[in-house]
Amino acid sequence: MTEKKNSYIDCVWDFFCSLKLTLFIMLLLALLSIIGTVLQQNAPAEEYIREYGQSNYELFVNLQFIDMYHSWWFIGLLGLFSINLICCSIKNFPRVWKFVKEPMLVATPGTLKNSDNRLEMNSKEEKEQLAERLSTFLGKEFAKTIRSESDGKIFLFAQKGIYSRFGAYMTHLSILIVMAGAVIGNIWGYKAYVNIAEGTSTNRVWAHSGQLPIDLDFTVYCEDFDVSYYPGGNRPKDYSSNLVILENGKEILRKRIEVNDPLTYKGLTFYQSSYGSTGNPVFKVKVTVNKTGEAFNFNARQGEHIKLPDGHAFAVTSFTLNDRKFGPAMQLHVNTPDGKRGRPFIVWKNYPEIDVKRGGLFSFALIDHDDPQYTGLQVAKDPGVEIVWLGCILMVFGSLTAFFFSHRRLWVCLEDDGGKTKVQIVANAHRNQPGFSLAFDDLSQKLEATIENKSQ
Amino acid sequence: MDSGQIFNLVTIIYFAAMVLFFLYLAARNNTLGLIATLASFGGFIAHTAALGLRWYESYQILGEDGRAPLTNLYESVVFFSWSIVLVYLLLDWKYKQRSVGAFVMPFALFSMLGAQMWLNSGIDPLVPALQSNWLTYHVITCFLGYAGFAVACGVSIMYLMKIGKEEKHQGEKPMGGLLGLFPSTRILDDINYRAIMIGFPLMTLGIVTGAAWANYAWGTYWSWDPKETWSLIVWFIYAAFIHARFTRGWVGRRAAWLSILGFAATIFCYLGVNLVLSGLHSYGSV
Repeated sequence: MTEKKNSYIDCVWDFFCSLKLTLFIMLLLALLSIIGTVLQQNAPAEEYIREYGQSNYELFVNLQFIDMYHSWWFIGLLGLFSINLICCSIKNFPRVWKFVKEPMLVATPGTLKNSDNRLEMNSKEEKEQLAERLSTFLGKEFAKTIRSESDGKIFLFAQKGIYSRFGAYMTHLSILIVMAGAVIGNIWGYKAYVNIAEGTSTNRVWAHSGQLPIDLDFTVYCEDFDVSYYPGGNRPKDYSSNLVILENGKEILRKRIEVNDPLTYKGLTFYQSSYGSTGNPVFKVKVTVNKTGEAFNFNARQGEHIKLPDGHAFAVTSFTLNDRKFGPAMQLHVNTPDGKRGRPFIVWKNYPEIDVKRGGLFSFALIDHDDPQYTGLQVAKDPGVEIVWLGCILMVFGSLTAFFFSHRRLWVCLEDDGGKTKVQIVANAHRNQPGFSLAFDDLSQKLEATIENKSQ
Repeated sequence: MDSGQIFNLVTIIYFAAMVLFFLYLAARNNTLGLIATLASFGGFIAHTAALGLRWYESYQILGEDGRAPLTNLYESVVFFSWSIVLVYLLLDWKYKQRSVGAFVMPFALFSMLGAQMWLNSGIDPLVPALQSNWLTYHVITCFLGYAGFAVACGVSIMYLMKIGKEEKHQGEKPMGGLLGLFPSTRILDDINYRAIMIGFPLMTLGIVTGAAWANYAWGTYWSWDPKETWSLIVWFIYAAFIHARFTRGWVGRRAAWLSILGFAATIFCYLGVNLVLSGLHSYGSV
C-alpha cells in the first residue's frame, strides 16, 4: 500500500521535475503569448463588438482573451513554470553541490584511460620530488593542487571555475526573483496618472484601475510647464515641468522633471508623460468705441460675457493659434443690451485693421492671449521594482556564467613503474570541450617540458 | 565622402564577398575562400568607419542634439547588418569554417540592400522619449543578440542541407561536391549552439535594458506591449532550444529547425511587430 502511494508521489514528482514539461511550458507560453499581440488588450467592449461581432466578443470574454496576460490560465501556466523550475533545481542541485563538497580527488582508472585530454610519459625522477615540482608548476599555470595518496600512488587534483556549475541555478533563481518582484509590485503598488495645470497643485492621483482617486499625504505643485520645439516644425524637443513637493505647506523637494528624468518621493515616482491646454485661455482684448475712439482693455476668458460700458456685451467663443496661415485668431460676438446675440465674427491678432473696417459700434483687437498648459504625469508606486532589478542582474550574470565559463578539472597520477615514475595527466571541462582541448594541448606541452626538467 | 556613400560601398563589398563565397563553394578553391573572408573583413572595417562617420555627421546636422546612429529603422537595419558580420567574423576566427560565410553574408547583404533601397536615411532629431542613454545600451545588446541568432539560422540551414545527404552517403570516401566543403554536421550543430549561446545572454541583457529604460521613462518595466511580448516569445524559444540540448533526441535536426523557428520569430519581433502590429516601438512605421 505504502509502496503504491510512494510510486504515485514519485510519479507526480517526476512529472514536475521533467525537462519535457519545461520545454512544453516554454513553447506553449511562447505560442499563447501571440494572442495578446494580435488581439488588442483591454480595449473598450464596443471596439471588439464592432470588429469581431457580439458572439465572438462574448467568447473572448469567456476565454479571458481581453486581458490574457492576467487571465487565470496564463498566470496558472507561469505558476506551473515556476514550480517546474523549483522542482528541477531541487532535483539537480545535490549532484552539483557534491562537486564542491566532495571533489573527486583521485582519478578513476577509467578516467585515466579514456579521457579526451590526456598526457602519459615516464620520468626517471623520483615520484615524491616530481609531485612537488608538478604541484608548484600547476599552482602557477592552472590552479592550486590537492594531494592524496592511495595504493602507493600519488594523486594531484586541481580545479578551476567550479562556480560556473551554479550559473544555471543563478539564472533559475533570478527568474523566480523577478516573478516575486512583479507579484509584490502588483499587490502593493499601483499605476496612476494626474494632470496638474500650471500654477496649481494636487494631493490626489487617479489610478488606472478603479474610479476613486488615491489621496497622497503630500502635495504636488506644478510651478510651470515648458515645451520647446525643434527649429522649423512642431516636433517637440523637450517638455518639462517644475514640480515642488509640499508637506504641511512647507517645501520639501523641487525638481524639473522631463521625459526620461522623473521625480521620486516617498516611494512614488512622477513621470513626465504628456501635456496639453487646460482649455481655459485668457484673452487680452482691446475694445474701441468707433464713434468716440474711446478704448478699453479687458481680460476675457473663453465663453465669458463681458459687459461694455453702454450695456452691450461680448464674448470670445473660440480661438486658434493659426487660422489659415494668418496666425492667431479669435471668434467673438456682441450681444445687445437686451441680450440679443449678434452675428459671430473673426479677429486676427496680426491684422487688427481688418476689424476696424467691419463697421458696427465697436472694433476689437486681440492684444495677447495666454493659454495655460497642464502637465500630464504618470504616477507609479512599485515596491517590487528593486527586487526585479536584483533578479535581472542575477539573470545576466547567471546566464553569462552558465554559457561562457566551465568547470575544468585536472588529475595527475604518479606511480612507480620499474625504477621509473609513470606520469598520467588527464583533464576535462564540463562545457566547451573543444576550447578546453586547445588550452590543454598548450598546457601539456609545458607539462612535458617540466617533467623532463627542461626550462622553457 | 559621406556615410551614405560608404554604406553603399559596404553593400557592394558584401555582395562581392557573398559571390566569392559561392565561387569558393563551387570551385573548391581555398584562395577564393580566403579572399571572401578578407573582403568581409574589409567591408566590416568600412562599415564600422561609416557608422562612426554617421555619428559625427549627426552632430554636424543637429548640433548638440547629435546621437549614436541607432535611432530609426534605417540605422537599426544597418547596425543589424554590422552585428551579423561581427558575430560571423568572430566565429570564423574561432572555427576556421570558411563556407559558413556563404550562408551568413546574405543576411548581412540583404539587410544593407533593404536599408539602402527602401528606408529613409535622413538624420532627424529625437523625440523626447528616445533621448536617453538607455537607447544605446538597449539597441546594441538587442542587435548583437539578433546577430547571434542570424548566424545560428544560417548554420542550421547548412546543417539541414547536409544531414540528409550525409545519411544517405555510404563509404569512407569524403563527400564530394558543394556539400563536401561544408563543415561536418557535428561542427555545424556545435556552431549553431554556440552562436545561440552568444545571442541568448545578449538578448536577455537587451530585454533587461529595455525594461530598465521603460521603467525610467514611463514607470512600468513591463507592459505586455507587442514588442515586449514578442521579445519574450523569442526568449522562450531559445530558452527551450538551450534546455532541449540536455534531453536526448533534441540535437541535430530538431535543434536546427528550432533555431530557424527562433530566427523567424526574431525577425517578426524586429520588423513584423512594427509593420503589422502597433505599440510603443513606432520607429518602424513606413
